[in-house]
Amino acid sequence: MILAMLIILIAAALLGYKVISAVPPLLHTPLMSGMNALSGITVIGAIAVFFTAPAGAEGWAAAALILAMINVAGGFWVTERMLRMFKGKAKESEVQEIPWQ
Amino acid sequence: MAVTIVLAILIIVGFLAGIRLMQSPRTALWGNRLGALSMLVAIAWTFVATGQGALSAALVYIVIGGLIGLILGQSVKMIHMPQTVALLNGFGGAASALVVWAAVLSYPGDGAEMLFWGTSGLALGVGTLTFSGSIIAVLKLQGLAFRQPIQLKGHGHILRAAILVAALLVLINMSLPGQYYFQFLPVIALLGLLAGFFMTLRIGGADMPIVISLLNSFSGIAASIAGLAVENVILAGTGALVGVAGMILTRIMCRAMNRSLFSVLAGFTPGKKEKAYPSLEDDQSAAETSPAVNEAVAEEAKKSEAGAGSEPAAEKDSKTNLPDIINQAKRVIIVPGYGMAVAQAQNAVKQLLDALEAQDKEVKFAIHPVAGRMPGHMNVLLAEAGIDYEKLMDLDAINPQFDHADLVIIVGACDVVNPAANAAEGTPISGMPILNAEKAKHVIVCNIDEKPGYSGVDNLLYEQSHVYSFWGDAAETIPQLTEMISKR
Repeated sequence: MILAMLIILIAAALLGYKVISAVPPLLHTPLMSGMNALSGITVIGAIAVFFTAPAGAEGWAAAALILAMINVAGGFWVTERMLRMFKGKAKESEVQEIPWQ
Repeated sequence: MAVTIVLAILIIVGFLAGIRLMQSPRTALWGNRLGALSMLVAIAWTFVATGQGALSAALVYIVIGGLIGLILGQSVKMIHMPQTVALLNGFGGAASALVVWAAVLSYPGDGAEMLFWGTSGLALGVGTLTFSGSIIAVLKLQGLAFRQPIQLKGHGHILRAAILVAALLVLINMSLPGQYYFQFLPVIALLGLLAGFFMTLRIGGADMPIVISLLNSFSGIAASIAGLAVENVILAGTGALVGVAGMILTRIMCRAMNRSLFSVLAGFTPGKKEKAYPSLEDDQSAAETSPAVNEAVAEEAKKSEAGAGSEPAAEKDSKTNLPDIINQAKRVIIVPGYGMAVAQAQNAVKQLLDALEAQDKEVKFAIHPVAGRMPGHMNVLLAEAGIDYEKLMDLDAINPQFDHADLVIIVGACDVVNPAANAAEGTPISGMPILNAEKAKHVIVCNIDEKPGYSGVDNLLYEQSHVYSFWGDAAETIPQLTEMISKR
């Protein structure tokens, strides 16, 4: 299990490097807020711990649940709002701009 | 277990595909939604896998957190995106630390796994560091506290000691599994909080893009390590994704600002020698949120304009030429900087754009990577003002085009157009990639005053004969430029 975990972790990091590097500077702010949302993935760890935690530890897991969900909902929604503002006039075919000579 | 791994791979691929769609503004919205969908699947699957019904207390907390998140996401203004991202970085770090702590408390007493004790200590340290560092960053960006970088006595020593001792405790905790966790882990958490506090406290306003990117990365790393601790593949993989994204952005920001990560974290501020910390950038960060301070800046601007009476006559005379220059120009490039955002002049710039385009002029925007308080911030602000993203060009795309431009209008940008970066040696910006605004036939500078930017280096551009300065609050000067066009 540990080996599988490490392989997936490294694969995700390498593929992530490739994909993220190609995101244009134009979209770096939405990229970051989107990453905020993804870091809310901790919520699934919190759910699992919440159900196994003894009585005293439930509160910590509950706090983690709330914080992680703020990230998930806040991150995705603010990214959605931002990306809706990015409007282009031209259609796909016209976008290839002729540089000034 | 096989199901778990296959599903984990599917979910991570979903996230990756979502980011892939973010490579173009046309598909980015769907990328974000694909990410959200993958997240939903991950959460649903976790409920199934734990064998618990979804209708439990956990769901209540999820709904509470989700609602707070939605309200936050809906109410935040675009100018405040840097502090929003910083805040969410902090929540991410805190959530990971809390998960690990809850896992430690529910760990069966006789456990002796090195991996668990090592990773839980590490996740706790990184998570708490991310949290306290992000909270300080939020306070700075929001202008609530620590606006100026604060360098305490023995600052560096405290920071290094906190990190070293914490690392040592993690190692001991790992090699003597489970024996001292209750004594050590709270200390590690405390040291993490301390380190984050001291790390961010001495960082200046204009270095914020670097710090936010770095903390973004840390929040992912904390999640990834927490994933290893609680043996959750999805958490480990997705956390790694976020960590990598933050690192990439940190590197881009450092390069664009000509700073090394080390010198930023060490609190070296470029303009420090002239003890009156170059005020342009800093006043601006102060003005960002509080209208009162904003007025103070405007006041100061007026004063400096009043003082401009004693300036060389050429600059005053040049104003009479401005209408001719603007109206004769065919190709115009606008260079917005953070000063434009502080002056809330986006809409004025949009009107200027419309007026220029109404005269059949070609207009483009040159966006430097560090224009704003976080990566890509300027693009969002201009998009919000209704400017097509096709006109927003990044450094590499626009630089060759300055040669052919008739007119460059600089709005609240200083260091990023300072030719000293290429010409002079030994200045803080030497070698920094800049926008070659000086190559254009004419340049109009609409900055608040002639003071140097954050780097403290005098802007050589201002001295050149084809450059006309138009000092003052951009929210007032830009409409004046627009009027000059309409007159004809």
